[in-house]
Amino acid sequence: MSWDDTDMAILRVVQQDATLGAGAVGRAVGLSQPAVWRRLQRLRAAGVITGRRVDLDVEKLGFGVTVFLGVKLATKGRVSLEDFERACMSIPEVQTVQHVLGLYDYRLRVVARDLSDFERVLRRRIMTLPGVGNVEANVLLSEERRPGPL
Amino acid sequence: MLDDADRRLLRYLQSDPEAPVSEIAERAGLQPTTAARRLERLRAQGVLRGSHAVIDWAALGYAVEVSLRFTLDKTQARAFDEFQAAARDIPEVIAIQTFLGRVDVRLSVIARDMADYQRLYRDSILTLPHIADIEALMHVATLKTSETLPI
Repeated sequence: MSWDDTDMAILRVVQQDATLGAGAVGRAVGLSQPAVWRRLQRLRAAGVITGRRVDLDVEKLGFGVTVFLGVKLATKGRVSLEDFERACMSIPEVQTVQHVLGLYDYRLRVVARDLSDFERVLRRRIMTLPGVGNVEANVLLSEERRPGPL
Repeated sequence: MLDDADRRLLRYLQSDPEAPVSEIAERAGLQPTTAARRLERLRAQGVLRGSHAVIDWAALGYAVEVSLRFTLDKTQARAFDEFQAAARDIPEVIAIQTFLGRVDVRLSVIARDMADYQRLYRDSILTLPHIADIEALMHVATLKTSETLPI
C-alpha cells in the first residue's frame, strides 16, 4: 500500500482531533468530503489508523504520579514470560506493557494517586509478579507527544 | 469536582472512544442530553482534553521503534531546555518524556529499518546537545497500550 502527501495531511489532522467529520477534515486539507471519507476508510482498512485515544488530564482525575518501570526477569523460560505478561496486563494501574530488548525485558507505564499509592502498587502488585527480577523506576515529570514524520 | 456520573462517563468513553455519545450515555445510565452537557463541562474544565487518532507507524512503513534513554550533562544549566528544543526538530521523534530518576529524558524514535535507524542515530540523535550517556531499548512488542486510567 502506498500513501501520498494528501494521506499524510489527513493523518496530521485526525491525529490532532479524531472527532472531526470527513467534511471538516476535507476543509482543512482542501479536499471534498467524499474523497476524505474514502481515504479515511482506506487508512483504517490498511491498519494505519487503529482507533482513537481519549486524552484525559491525569492529574485532574487524581492520578498525580506516573512512573515508568524497567523490569528484568529473574528466570527466563517460555512459561514464565507468558505468566509474567498475563499477570502484569491484569493490573489496573499498569497502563502500558512493552516487551523490549536491551537493559530490561519489559517496560511498564504505571499510574498512581501519589507516591505512597505508587509504593503500594509496587510492593503488592509489581514485586509479586511471577519471575520478576531487577526493577528500575523513573518518575515521569513531563510528556510531549510529537506528530511524527507525517 | 467530579462525581460518580462523570467518572462513569469517562470510564466508558475511555474504553470505547469511537462510540457515539448516546451509547456512552446509555451505558453510564444517563440521558443523552445530560451526558452531552457533562462531557461539555469536562471539556471546559480541561479534564477531557481531546481525542486523537491512533496511528500504527509500522503500517506506514516504520518497522523499527526504539526507546532512547538519555542522561544529560547537568552541569549545563540549560541542558534540558536545549536538548528538548533540538529533539523537537527531529521528525522521527514521536514522544519526549522527562524523568526524575536514573534517566533524565526518553525519546521514542521510529525508523523504516535498521539502516534508516543507524542514519538517524548518527546524524540526528548523537548530535543532540548535552548528552552524557545514551541507552537504547528496542521495542519487540507492545502487549497493552490502552493507557486507560483506573477511574
